[in-house]
Amino acid sequence: MPVWFRFVAMRLFRLALLLIGVAVVAFALAKMSPVDPVTAYLGPNIAKVGPEQRALIAARWGLDQPVATQFLAWLSNLASGDFGWSATYNAPVVDVIGSRVAASAALMGLAWMFSGVIGFSLGVIAATFQGGWCDRVIRVYAYVLASTPTFWIAILLLMGFSVALGWTPVCCAAPIGLLPEEVTLIQRLHHLILPLVALSILGISQIALHTRAKMIDILESDFATYARAQGASRLDVALRHGARNAALPAITVLFASLGELFGGSILAEQVFSYPGLGSATIAAGVRGDVPLLLAIAMGTTLVVSLGNTIADSLYAVADPRIDIAAGAPLREIGP
Amino acid sequence: MTAVADDCPVAAAPRFGTRKAVLVVAALAAAGLAAVIAFALLSGEAGVATAFRARLVAPSFAHPFGTDALGRDMLARTLKGLALSFRVGLFAATASTIIALVLALVAASGPRWADAIVAYLVDMTMGLPHLVLLILISFAFGGGANAVIIAVGLTHWPRLTRILRAEILQLRGAEYVTVSRNFGKSPLYIARQHFAPHLVPQLLVGLVLMFPHAILHEAGLTFLGFGIEPTTPAIGVLLSESLRYLTAGKWWLGLFPGLALLMAVLAFDAIGNGLRTMTDPRGSQS
Repeated sequence: MPVWFRFVAMRLFRLALLLIGVAVVAFALAKMSPVDPVTAYLGPNIAKVGPEQRALIAARWGLDQPVATQFLAWLSNLASGDFGWSATYNAPVVDVIGSRVAASAALMGLAWMFSGVIGFSLGVIAATFQGGWCDRVIRVYAYVLASTPTFWIAILLLMGFSVALGWTPVCCAAPIGLLPEEVTLIQRLHHLILPLVALSILGISQIALHTRAKMIDILESDFATYARAQGASRLDVALRHGARNAALPAITVLFASLGELFGGSILAEQVFSYPGLGSATIAAGVRGDVPLLLAIAMGTTLVVSLGNTIADSLYAVADPRIDIAAGAPLREIGP
Repeated sequence: MTAVADDCPVAAAPRFGTRKAVLVVAALAAAGLAAVIAFALLSGEAGVATAFRARLVAPSFAHPFGTDALGRDMLARTLKGLALSFRVGLFAATASTIIALVLALVAASGPRWADAIVAYLVDMTMGLPHLVLLILISFAFGGGANAVIIAVGLTHWPRLTRILRAEILQLRGAEYVTVSRNFGKSPLYIARQHFAPHLVPQLLVGLVLMFPHAILHEAGLTFLGFGIEPTTPAIGVLLSESLRYLTAGKWWLGLFPGLALLMAVLAFDAIGNGLRTMTDPRGSQS
């Protein structure tokens, strides 16, 4: 059995173990909550419902069973693709997520791509002209924006481009009052621009800072000096030797940043009233919609952990000094 | 699982100039933060009392940050919000640092399975998107201010745990520790004379650098409507209120609280870097 196969198999096994752990913790947290699911479900209708009916609802949902039974039932439902009923949207959780996942995927996917491409380019430029004005501008930009809360950037963008200049719409993913079939691609993109910019800014600055540090290391290494001695300019070395070597670490960071990306999209979607998974997460959390909240938690965990696993594996590929066969629980790798 | 996410702090500080400059900036930042706290303690009713004659006033000399829909001074509200963030940040960072220290000690000194369990916990915490985990925990504790504080405090330890664990393992394998042990020094002596001087600065720097994360997450959670009551002037609350008046062109409601939050985050970063520069012998020559 080749080494890498064992490595991947081990990773996937740990991923499965991790998902089970998250399922237990998430379910326990939801059960711990003092918010009564029946009360949360009834909302203002609570006055009309007597204790007998409440008991009936509870029995219908299996809330009268022991917690362990409930957990196993939930887990087996999950495994068979039944995520439960979302009281907030009065629809099956699968449908709620299904109708929103495309909007979120477009937003996050594009933001992810832009962070990678723009962030990487900026990082390479900054490192190539290290110490110059270009480097200074990029460095300060990245340093400040990496600390800026995403939702505040979103608010600023909204104030500037939607309210003051009127170039972009104030809310939502499509013009209000149009049926989904009537919305054109241009309109969708028009509504996507600002959330996209808000979400990309953080990623761009992180990738740029990371790439810059990596590139400077590379440009100071022996082979870069040798290439310079042969008459190549710093730009030549950066593009021909540096960028290639710095690309994999940047991709690794991208894969490891999926969790932050989703967090950012929750905040950005809130500001722009963008109907994606993020706003569903907030609604589920605020209104105590446990099935939806748990489904989102599990789904995002799967994606983020998969991203982490890929990042880890890429890290091993990028740096052959890391012994992938060792498989120590916590390896001291990282720059 | 992720070894890479570790090197994505809120901001990897560029080296602006020399050691002295870093320390001066850190001292200035600390003074600024102290001033904010002092103001919040001494200001009393400012920013709480309503004044309906001065509703939604644009920034002026009397109200540098303008006033909100109830005529409350936004400068006072922003500063009080910051002070609240600092309190949450202090609690959360302390709690997370303690958790990180305990877990790192267990992982580094305990049996192999303990190490594996700690690694599993770290992976699990990092496997969930941080904000989703925060929402889950604050839901589990029934919402409200305390739930937010608990959520922020319980979730910021994984990075520091890894750093400390690596540091402890490195120390345990260091030659001078072996020599010291062979000379018959007691474990307590080794812990105090060899381990503490390395770990205490790491802990302090880790604590301060956790502040920005904690503060940003607290602001994010309250912005989304979890936790802290709408009447309390928290930065997240202020910004989420500002959304309602945004289309009316009341730009100051959204601009200044966020700017103040950003300055605070950068200030904590500067202090963290200052502390690191002061305590890291390798940086003393620059």
